[in-house]
Amino acid sequence: MRYGLYPGCSASGTGIEYGLSTKAVARRLGIELVEIPDWNCCGASSAHNRDHLLSIALPARNLALAEQAGLTDIAIPCAACYQRMKASERAVADEAERREVAEVIEMEIKGTAKARALLEVFANDLDPETLQKAVVKPLNGLKVACYYGCLLVKPAELAIDSPENPMMMDRLISALGATPVDWAYKTECCGGSLAITRPYAAVGMTAQVLKYAKLAGADCIATPCPLCTSNLDMRQKEAEKVLGMELGLPIYYFTELMGAAFGLPAEELGINRHFTEATALIKKPAAPAPAER
Amino acid sequence: MKRIGVFVCHCGTNIANTVDCAKVAETAKDFPGVVFACDYKYMCAEPGQVMIQEAIREHNLDGYVVAACSPRMHEPTFRKCAERAGMNPYMVEQVNIREQCSWVHADKTKGTDKSIDITRMGVAKVAQNEPLFSTTIPVTKRALVIGAGIAGIQAAIDIADAGYPVTLLDREHSMGGKMAQVDKTFPTLDCSACILTPKMVEAAQHPNIEIVTYAEVQAVDGFVGNFDVTIRKKARYVDVDKCTGCGLCSEKCPKKVASEFEMNLGTRKAIYVPFPQAVPNKPVIDAKNCRFLVEGKCGVCKKVCPTGAVDFEQKDELIVERFGSIVVATGFEQFDISKYEEYGAGRIPDVITGLHLERLMNASGPTMGKIKRPSDGKVPEKIVFIKCVGSRDEAKGRSYCSRACCMYVAKHATLIKEKIPTSKSYIFYMDVRTAGKNYEEFYTRAQNEYDAQYVRGRVSKIFQVGDKLIVRGEDSLLGRPVEIEADLVVLAAGMDPQQDAKDLARTLGISYDQHGWFTEAHPKLRPVETHTAGIFLAGACQGPKDIPDSVAQASAAAVKAAGLLSKKELTAEAQTARCDEAYCSGCGLCVSICPYKAIELKRISERVHGGTRERQVSSVNQGLCQGCGACSVACPSSAMNLKGFSNDQILAEVDALCQR
Repeated sequence: MRYGLYPGCSASGTGIEYGLSTKAVARRLGIELVEIPDWNCCGASSAHNRDHLLSIALPARNLALAEQAGLTDIAIPCAACYQRMKASERAVADEAERREVAEVIEMEIKGTAKARALLEVFANDLDPETLQKAVVKPLNGLKVACYYGCLLVKPAELAIDSPENPMMMDRLISALGATPVDWAYKTECCGGSLAITRPYAAVGMTAQVLKYAKLAGADCIATPCPLCTSNLDMRQKEAEKVLGMELGLPIYYFTELMGAAFGLPAEELGINRHFTEATALIKKPAAPAPAER
Repeated sequence: MKRIGVFVCHCGTNIANTVDCAKVAETAKDFPGVVFACDYKYMCAEPGQVMIQEAIREHNLDGYVVAACSPRMHEPTFRKCAERAGMNPYMVEQVNIREQCSWVHADKTKGTDKSIDITRMGVAKVAQNEPLFSTTIPVTKRALVIGAGIAGIQAAIDIADAGYPVTLLDREHSMGGKMAQVDKTFPTLDCSACILTPKMVEAAQHPNIEIVTYAEVQAVDGFVGNFDVTIRKKARYVDVDKCTGCGLCSEKCPKKVASEFEMNLGTRKAIYVPFPQAVPNKPVIDAKNCRFLVEGKCGVCKKVCPTGAVDFEQKDELIVERFGSIVVATGFEQFDISKYEEYGAGRIPDVITGLHLERLMNASGPTMGKIKRPSDGKVPEKIVFIKCVGSRDEAKGRSYCSRACCMYVAKHATLIKEKIPTSKSYIFYMDVRTAGKNYEEFYTRAQNEYDAQYVRGRVSKIFQVGDKLIVRGEDSLLGRPVEIEADLVVLAAGMDPQQDAKDLARTLGISYDQHGWFTEAHPKLRPVETHTAGIFLAGACQGPKDIPDSVAQASAAAVKAAGLLSKKELTAEAQTARCDEAYCSGCGLCVSICPYKAIELKRISERVHGGTRERQVSSVNQGLCQGCGACSVACPSSAMNLKGFSNDQILAEVDALCQR
């Protein structure tokens, strides 16, 4: 299988583990990821607050470049990038908007390149057999709170799954042998956009997500979003203070859990780079499967 | 040349404000054939009609044009007016200078000019008119009522009391409909079963009513006064004539499944009566769950039945019967709440609907009337109600208000407080709508005497933490988010049409709206009739209704149906299609296009050049034809003509407009 890859800025910065694990997992699954040549920023955090045309044109250039490279499905790890690229893809489907954007980026857009969330690609496109074959160290006994955040499922027109109770990652995590917990904060906002401007408010929101994951009995949280991850991971100590409870919840990219189940070393996946200690949970010898009753 | 009169109506100021009526009448005097023209404030009023009749006699008119409102409104009035003066009623044309002129033109000159134009067209058409005469059709003096909920039962009893035989049909095993599932009714709080059961028994014992349950309408042919209805009687696997309703079979049946009547909160057997007061009180075997019918093993019911009523060989049965009129009373379905994933509906067991709560409160329900949570059987202390679930929500639900939810939530809050005095109810609402006799008082009492706390705002999320449900919403009066830890959440789910309502509408040939509710002929003036003559609507199949409204509409439908049956014979539509056999090539296009199945092909023999030859032509059944005109449009050789709207008449109108 061959996909275009739009790594976005986080894959080599704040979300370097995401970038590392994505590539490692794809290699193991025999999926070819072709990085879009000369890709640019998608404008995620600020462009759409400034100017509609800018917010559409920035991702459109990436889509146009992908088209030129003959790529049709563009796998996008970062949830924010996905949402902007998808919004752009939708916008340029409109004839008038497409012409305007094409003039700005000085490139033709045909609309053949489709923005796909990496999660969607792994959860929907991958055949179960290939996945099962790759799992050599099933994550038996690991209780995971699958946290989708808001960008992959809202607004509903751009969503990859149900905006209220998405199950895509839950199914993928189950296939790895782990147990997804049923919890209510799957799509609640972590406060990502307030992290710089009003950090206190953001910590309060992050704390709620962590609290309910803990209350649901999760050992860790899995995410498909670098913004959520930095909030949940980096601000966990602050959240503990706000909540007055101990959390100690490792925050994994779902790709890291895939890699762990595939038996890849923690260092190759970037698991040793987390703020909240995360290697112990993964290095633990696989718990025996629960006895049949 | 015909002698034609023109009467221009002011409709008070409705027309006269933007149309110079006197000028229209004055100009009309010069139209070909016009011998008299005048204008008057209200042509439809008694003095206006007297004026027309006098003019007919005085000027010896052959026909007249009335320029007034829509023919939908007053064409019958002016036709009758002509009849009283001895003129054939079809020598009248009404042109619409209100909706088509005064109401759509602000400029008086434009309005007046257009009025003159269409009056000229009307005069040209009347000059081509010919007297038409109605035929008569016989009436089968029996009615069919589809749906035996409270509306169907009421309609059946009223028609039967008027002296006509009624067949009351329901697809469920028992009569009763949704009302049978309800515990108590607002605003009187009388027990639903206590007022419904006597009605069911009355219908069942009425000498003029035949109850057919577990049956569906499969096909409807014929027309007003003579509907041939094919009814599928589904196999019950129990011979109702032999069965005494002793209940031994249900008692001994080993197979337990969730009971639909109890909203899956309780169980029933595979051979069962849905509820204790069911009428007829005879069991049915659920073929999907019966061990004998599925696996060929068991047969306990057959062994224990003292009268040998169990019959595994029974098959569906088709019967065809003729009815003069049909009342449709198929009711509603509760809105499917699983679309509201943020409420955990369907996932969290303690998030239930109003109908679930009805069963939990009912003395013969799964908990014997004790309100217990479905998850662990605990008695809830804090209960949250959410109104308008599925109603007034264009994003996920229906755009309309379901009308009954405000009241049933007030009822639930009242009853819960009576049953659990320590409990507390919170009710999230958008508006409170209590338009009904004694309704507002009932709602106020729920607040003041039963401590129901109303919170204006929408709930955004419900989730479970431990054994509590966290309800997070907004109090839009305080302008801040609120969170309530509840034991039980009740969603006031709105009303949806029956899922297969559209299929039934197609079978009956009646229309339905974008949601699937059956459409009445006129929202104000013909609320219980459909566009198909002889078919009437009762209850919630036409739109959301509570019990009082359903019963009132049922009685109204019954009067219409009985009124029709009381006639010796019916007057058929005079403006029907007519085939000119000389032109007809027998192509059959009109046959396939006719929505009323009124056209057939027949063979005629005619003499040509001394010999005879046979050929095929169309033939219109005057009883079935509704005068829609589809055939005239389709006919390639102009052989098919609609009486009153012939090709010549319409061309005369076009000519009149072009020659001005």
